[in-house]
Amino acid sequence: MPIQRRKFIAAVGGGALASIAGCSGTDGGGQSEGGSSAGVTGETLTLTTTTSTYDTGLLDAIHSDFEEMYGVTVDAVAQGTGAALESARNGDSDVVMVHARGLEDEFMQNGYGINRRDLMFNDFVIVGPENDPAGIQGMESATEALTTIAESEAAFVSRGDNSGTHTKELNLWEAAGTDPGGEWYQEIGGGMGEALNNANQQGAYTLSDRGTFISQRSEIDLTILVQGPIEGGPEILSNPYGVMAVNPGVHDNANYDLAMAYIGWITSPGAQDAISNYEMNGEQLFFPEAVSEDPNFQQYVPEGWSSDSSEE
Amino acid sequence: MPLEQVVQLFPALADLPFREGYIRSIIYVSLYVSVTAVTLSTLFSLPVAMLMGFTDFPGKGLVKSVINTGMGFPSVVVGLLVLFAVSNQGPLGPLELIFTKEAMIMSQFVLATPPITAISLAAISGVSENVRDAARVLGGTRLDVALVVIKEARYGIATAILAGFGRAISEVGSVLIVGGNITGSDGISKTRTLTTAIQLEARQGRYDTAMVLGAVLLALVLTVNAIVVRLGDEGAMR
Repeated sequence: MPIQRRKFIAAVGGGALASIAGCSGTDGGGQSEGGSSAGVTGETLTLTTTTSTYDTGLLDAIHSDFEEMYGVTVDAVAQGTGAALESARNGDSDVVMVHARGLEDEFMQNGYGINRRDLMFNDFVIVGPENDPAGIQGMESATEALTTIAESEAAFVSRGDNSGTHTKELNLWEAAGTDPGGEWYQEIGGGMGEALNNANQQGAYTLSDRGTFISQRSEIDLTILVQGPIEGGPEILSNPYGVMAVNPGVHDNANYDLAMAYIGWITSPGAQDAISNYEMNGEQLFFPEAVSEDPNFQQYVPEGWSSDSSEE
Repeated sequence: MPLEQVVQLFPALADLPFREGYIRSIIYVSLYVSVTAVTLSTLFSLPVAMLMGFTDFPGKGLVKSVINTGMGFPSVVVGLLVLFAVSNQGPLGPLELIFTKEAMIMSQFVLATPPITAISLAAISGVSENVRDAARVLGGTRLDVALVVIKEARYGIATAILAGFGRAISEVGSVLIVGGNITGSDGISKTRTLTTAIQLEARQGRYDTAMVLGAVLLALVLTVNAIVVRLGDEGAMR
């Protein structure tokens, strides 16, 4: 192990309690103890998020600005929407960035998340092999396309991982009035990239967010058969991302100050520009929607919530 | 500088779409976590194996089968158990170990301990009674006898440590869960290991870079094995 520096081996001796100090040492932060110093400098923000935001490389590209601005470190953990919210529910993260409004609303209603903001959007697309065995190419309706796939029993790969994309897919099947099942319908229990690979290997259809599909298009032979709203497809395929802080009233260890600084930064005009400028293979992956002349008040509360009709 | 030699061994490394320092940092995290876990585990397992090898007690057979079963314990399950322990809601929550190397060390400790204990125990039990008796007759204290037995069983113990190391550095399930596979925006790994990096590359369909990382992992394990075997031989000469 000559690669390693002695310092680190010495640091091992520091034992478990030195854990946080040890980590910042690795990051080269040079902060001895974040502790009680004023401000947030030297602290670490834990963000649990989805594989679709992480795997596109967006977060790595924009986070360095935030880290420099505040002198902090962002630990981004890519988990899928369900797991990202579960980590936050357990108090293991400070801020979440996900894309399943129903699950976000439930999270807020249960008191775990506060100060939600609409962040950005892209859309979902139905992709499949170029020869399109079920013949769904160019269909205007996503539900009709799914019904057609089900009727022809063409192979369909489902994420099956309680992610935002999986949730969207289940909602689509429900809207289509079809209960998918049988040998043609395969739940793989994996991330978007895995689902695309799997579908690619066996010439199957799948539902993908546009960002991950674009970022992987060069590796696979699948093609977009039903477009989302960005390219004039049905509105039902829209894919909005939200960001919210973990409620410090529920989890007092949550780094609420820094979470709010993050939400403030990522919904600011500067970071929103950075999001819209992020491209892969020459295509824009995400469309910012936090900055608006007329704010949508529904973004702060569970959908359909209104102050006079609620008993909460 | 040995890293440059490694890079020469794998020319493809130079073309990988990674930032400066990325590979080095994940190799560092992999080694730091696994070496620490295996060291701690050895310090724990050896005395246990000695104790079990030297004494008889009721239920010894049962304890042995529990340890042997532990060798096949799925790493994701260990990851989940450690997650429950270190999560903010868990008993160790206040230490804030979730998504840190220390949590990864804990889960690899749990994974490495059964093989190290079981194989050391087999090696120690294999040392002939005569050797122990001779050591005792020559006026050795319990410690002396133990040292003689360890010396006799050193190859078996080295195998045990390597088996534990092999299990620790190659597992992906638990470090993914408790470590979170985190790399900073500066491209320096915090809790990403070679295995979780391979998983990430494979998830994104970049099988070629995943293969190169796999080769690096293999080279690393080979190197560590060579070092341990070498140390064992040198120890024998003393």
